[in-house]
Amino acid sequence: MESVIERIERGQFWPFHGGINPPEMKFLTNEKPIRSLPLPEKLVIPVQQHIGEPGDLLVAVGDTVLKGQALTKASAPLMVPVHAPTSGKITNINLHVIAHPSGLSELCVTLVPDGEDRWRKRHITENFHELSKDTLIEKIADAGISGMGGAGFPTHVKVNTQAQINYLIINAAECEPYITADDLLVRENAGTILDGINILDKVLEPAFILIGIEDNKPLAIEALRRQTQDIDKIKVCVLPTKYPMGGEKQLIQALTGQEVASGVLPSALGIVMQNIATCFAIAEAVISDTPLIKRVITVSGQALSKPQNVWALLGTPVSFLLKQCGYPEQTKKHIIMGGPMMGFSLASDEIPVVKTTNCLLAPSEKEIPDDNIEVECIRCGQCADACPAQLLPQELQWSAKAQDYEQLNKLNLFDCIECGACAYVCPSHIPLVHYYRVAKAEIREQKLLDIKAEKAKQRFEARKARLERDKRIREEKHKKAAEARKARMNSGTKEANKEKSAVAAALARVQAKKQQKAPDDDNQPNDNDKSPVAAAIARAKAKKAAKQNTTSKQKPIADDDKSTRVAAAVAKAKAKKAQASAHTKDDTPDSYTDNTQKADSVDTTEQSPKSTQAENDKKARVAAAVAKAKAKKAQASTPTQDDEPDSNSKDNTQETASVDTTEQSSTSSQAENDKKARIAAAVAKAKAKKAQASAPTQDDEPDSNSKDNTQKSESVDTAEQSSTSSQAENDKKARIAAAVAKAKAKAKAKKAQASAPTQDDEPDSTSKDNTQETESVDTTEQTSVSVETDNDKKARIAAAVAKAKAKKQQKNSKAN
Amino acid sequence: MTALIAILILGLIGLAFGALLGYASIKFKVEGDPLAQQIDELLPQTQCGQCGYPGCKPYAEAVANGEAINKCAPGGDETIKKIADLMGVEPIAMDESHEADNTPKVAFIIEEDCIGCTKCIQACPVDAIIGATKQMHTIITDECTGCDLCVAPCPVDCIEMRPIEKTTRNWQWDLESIPVTEVK
Amino acid sequence: MAYWIASSPHDHQQSKTSALMRLVIYATIPGIFAQWYFFGWGNLIHISIAITTALVSEFFILSLREKNIRSQLFDGSAILTAILLGISLPALAPWWISVLGSLFAIAIVKQLYGGLGHNVFNPAMAAYVMLLISFPVQMTSWQPPLSLMALELDFYNTVSVIFTHYTQQGYSVEQLQMHVDGFTMATPLDTLKTSITLGKTVEESLQTPVIGEHFGVGWQWINAAFLAGGLLLIAKRAISWITPVTFLFTLFVCTFIAFLLSPDTNASTMFHWLNGATMLGAFFILTDPVSGATSTKGRIIFAALAGFLVFVIRKFGGYPDAVAFSVLLCNMAAPLIDQYTRPRTYGHK
Repeated sequence: MESVIERIERGQFWPFHGGINPPEMKFLTNEKPIRSLPLPEKLVIPVQQHIGEPGDLLVAVGDTVLKGQALTKASAPLMVPVHAPTSGKITNINLHVIAHPSGLSELCVTLVPDGEDRWRKRHITENFHELSKDTLIEKIADAGISGMGGAGFPTHVKVNTQAQINYLIINAAECEPYITADDLLVRENAGTILDGINILDKVLEPAFILIGIEDNKPLAIEALRRQTQDIDKIKVCVLPTKYPMGGEKQLIQALTGQEVASGVLPSALGIVMQNIATCFAIAEAVISDTPLIKRVITVSGQALSKPQNVWALLGTPVSFLLKQCGYPEQTKKHIIMGGPMMGFSLASDEIPVVKTTNCLLAPSEKEIPDDNIEVECIRCGQCADACPAQLLPQELQWSAKAQDYEQLNKLNLFDCIECGACAYVCPSHIPLVHYYRVAKAEIREQKLLDIKAEKAKQRFEARKARLERDKRIREEKHKKAAEARKARMNSGTKEANKEKSAVAAALARVQAKKQQKAPDDDNQPNDNDKSPVAAAIARAKAKKAAKQNTTSKQKPIADDDKSTRVAAAVAKAKAKKAQASAHTKDDTPDSYTDNTQKADSVDTTEQSPKSTQAENDKKARVAAAVAKAKAKKAQASTPTQDDEPDSNSKDNTQETASVDTTEQSSTSSQAENDKKARIAAAVAKAKAKKAQASAPTQDDEPDSNSKDNTQKSESVDTAEQSSTSSQAENDKKARIAAAVAKAKAKAKAKKAQASAPTQDDEPDSTSKDNTQETESVDTTEQTSVSVETDNDKKARIAAAVAKAKAKKQQKNSKAN
Repeated sequence: MTALIAILILGLIGLAFGALLGYASIKFKVEGDPLAQQIDELLPQTQCGQCGYPGCKPYAEAVANGEAINKCAPGGDETIKKIADLMGVEPIAMDESHEADNTPKVAFIIEEDCIGCTKCIQACPVDAIIGATKQMHTIITDECTGCDLCVAPCPVDCIEMRPIEKTTRNWQWDLESIPVTEVK
Repeated sequence: MAYWIASSPHDHQQSKTSALMRLVIYATIPGIFAQWYFFGWGNLIHISIAITTALVSEFFILSLREKNIRSQLFDGSAILTAILLGISLPALAPWWISVLGSLFAIAIVKQLYGGLGHNVFNPAMAAYVMLLISFPVQMTSWQPPLSLMALELDFYNTVSVIFTHYTQQGYSVEQLQMHVDGFTMATPLDTLKTSITLGKTVEESLQTPVIGEHFGVGWQWINAAFLAGGLLLIAKRAISWITPVTFLFTLFVCTFIAFLLSPDTNASTMFHWLNGATMLGAFFILTDPVSGATSTKGRIIFAALAGFLVFVIRKFGGYPDAVAFSVLLCNMAAPLIDQYTRPRTYGHK
């Protein structure tokens, strides 16, 4: 460390790689004093002006605030408050364009000054040496000070380091062309700045304090030397002028010869750097209790008639500052916030200045021409020579254009400090820095997406595991319940029968309710107790119906003709199906089955016109549904039966049961309670699902008769439900019904598939075949029933179901 | 005699190499299906099922087994390119049945319309919707993958997909998109 | 009122690629002038033929590639390529040699590889090598210095030779190459090579009128003129001094060691420096940024390799001069050199 100081005392510094010497242009403003401006008409204070999180708002629209009053408060370490730059009234708190290259809007507080400039109460600190470290840091935090050099990192966080600090470096290099704000601030307020440095000295306790300043500011250097000549600890280091000397890493290298390792903070080397303007703000905050509400801004550029450094209140719109400095009315506005190397152009002059704004540049057309067209890179390597980070800008550029992010990482893109030296020297006028920025943003985004994808994957896996677990638990429960029921039913015929009839009765009740309920619910949704819910449903339904109408328009409006036609279609489908199944049976040695089947299909055709004339809609439909369910049941049980030669008696019972159900259901069709019906429907659906789920398990068990029974009743439920809903006039229900029917058809197909091979293997499966016949007849009935109804939709659905069924059967036969 | 010796020696060499190969196949055995896993890592993990598979991993496995690589709608052309790179095939255009628009979106529940049916909760593959029966539901925006799966089950159509809002934090240096005010 | 949006930096050094190219073109003027002074109009005619062909072919290919013709046609790169090719061609070569050469340089070596900035090889040298291999007879139609020629060769006669192979009086190229004493003259490098193969010592070989008092009549001054042009480029910071210095230094080291070991079979450093295309290569060819290495370390390796190759090929190869070949070989090595000479990034170990 000694040698570093010795070298500095000799006036020797370490060189850093690259760097450029653009025209300084500081003469425009460095000979005029800092000017104070009148109050602007309004101030727009962005809630966030630093890196980190915005503070919590303390004021509301209409509040009157005093100068220096906090507008937000920090409730987390990375929050920095903002203060009212003058007294006045809050007229608005809304989104406003902010000082950001994107031109996006963020939350801003609009303050209209009352012109009185009344301060809140301030507590002047006579001697800050008496204050403790923590108090000092707290004062810095409360004053809302964040780095004023450019990045805007919260100062109280930066100075609150636990590391042992060797060097506190005060950055007064101000290497960007045009900018003279720090230069003038030092010249006019060297004493206050020294106070600020002393406060930092007390807080950080560094071994040495180095003030880095470029040799193109002789007056400022002199002022600093005069102030610090008695203090041994503070060294004013006069550095050669070279851009980007003011870069944190470059300045550290130039002063101490050390390199800050990539991705590491300077504090790891025992170095803390503060901008000299921040030192001034710290002194103001600690000694005179003045929060950061104004700063020196260089308003420069040859388009201005009076370029000058000004004391600008934070939140002053750019247009006001430009006007004060003589910005002419011109057609094409080119305003840059910050210096010409690293500043960004503004999309509006309503943008307010913030804590990090050190310069406003209004160049003339000649000064910074915009007609440079990018041409091909000729690999001249001048960019690599100029790069202070020793990167290979041209290779980065190729990789950035090719979006080769891996290569970009390999070339250390993220060590680019975006100083713009490479783009400045590029003879091909390639906007290199812009390519890097885009690529950086892209890579950052990609990283975030990767993290998100990983999280999504984990959540997905967790959810899958959970569902699996739930399913297993449910299955186990069902199995247990089923076993218990089976045991009960098999214990005695009488009891079992009783139970069965009880179930049937319940089902009938449920069905009746449903029948009553459905139309009621749909026609008068507003009368319901759950009116908001119903309303929402109705709205959605209306939406969906509207959507559907467009599709259904293609089909002719149904009337009686239509239903007959549909019936005919259904019959055709049936015939097909039958044929298909006939194919299946061809393989079986029993040609007897074939005959039956054929006969069956003939029957079907006859039946459909017949059923058109049926008059009692509901009963017939219910009957149909029940029949269908029975058929299903039968089908489901067939595999089991096949395995058991002696299951005949049981089959008989089954039939009886279903007949019972049919009767009962028709009787109870007059029941009226809506709600119960709906609940019943839900229960039925759930049961159906359950049944489906448990079906495979049953197949594996040879003695699952009793279960088959239950399943039957369940399927009856489902059938009922579907018929009830088909009755309903509302589209949605119809659709649901269709879906249920489809699902059923699917399930059936699956079962059929499962059973088909079994049949083939067994020559004596006549009984099964018979059941199958019954099934198809039933189906016809059901379809015809629906045909009867006037509602064309129902008919269509039925037709679709039939078609689907037919298809499936065809498929099955093919598979066989 | 010479022939015999030759046969013997060759046989021994054969045995030795056979043993070596056998040992190598045990020693350097590759666990699982590394290709499917690599592909899975390239997929956006939205678990949206638009590819026709129930999640990203099944699709990755399918791709490893020869399924077309252009079915991942949320990943878009970039993902196709990455998978093509990985598998050493030519990148192909996005499957036409998918929308070309793959701007990142998140689901949004219009709260006044929500009836609390929990259907969307059941549909969400990443559990990014919270709510209970008859309570208003809401999306955890940070967890939402924008998979679209919750939109269809909603009985009252109160879920819509909204593009992720652009802020200064996720802005990507797209100078073209800056709203430059034209004042007369 | 409109706002103008751009990405930083907003300031820019007012240099342009085309200006750079123009500067390089200007720097060739002393050399071309020396060529004209000692060898007559031949090379100037070839340069103009080459420039015309280059511009026409560039125009066609740019329009085929639907590029911005106006900005790219006159960016100077095609003209510079044509000039360098014209300089290196034998003065009395037939006209179609330069047409073919610049067509090849622009259409194939430059544009087919992607245009300016994307060509792997130096277009002028690639074209030269192509011509040398394909048309060895035409490519050795070197013209002796005017002062040594038996026949007078004015502008019209030169044009006539280039386009018809004969002068207006009916002398052929072969006759023009005759010395007053009745033997055919070649370039000094060629002469030396032939003599050494015939078993003469270097000292004996140099006793010919083509070489004259020092290192070759005319050639020494042409090389000196290119050296002057090159120094101008270095002074203007258009090229980096590292490449030519390393190249010349390597050539010096190689030739000096060889000369020390066997002065009878090896020519001196100065002979190598001031003959053939040494200076043209050092300052105008090797410094071509597109096909060269980019980092400082890379440039040193690149130029040293070129110097070494020039020596090796001149000493052991079948061709008298070696700059074109060694440049092409180094062009091939450049990406690899770049790959292995990446500088250490700030903050990385």
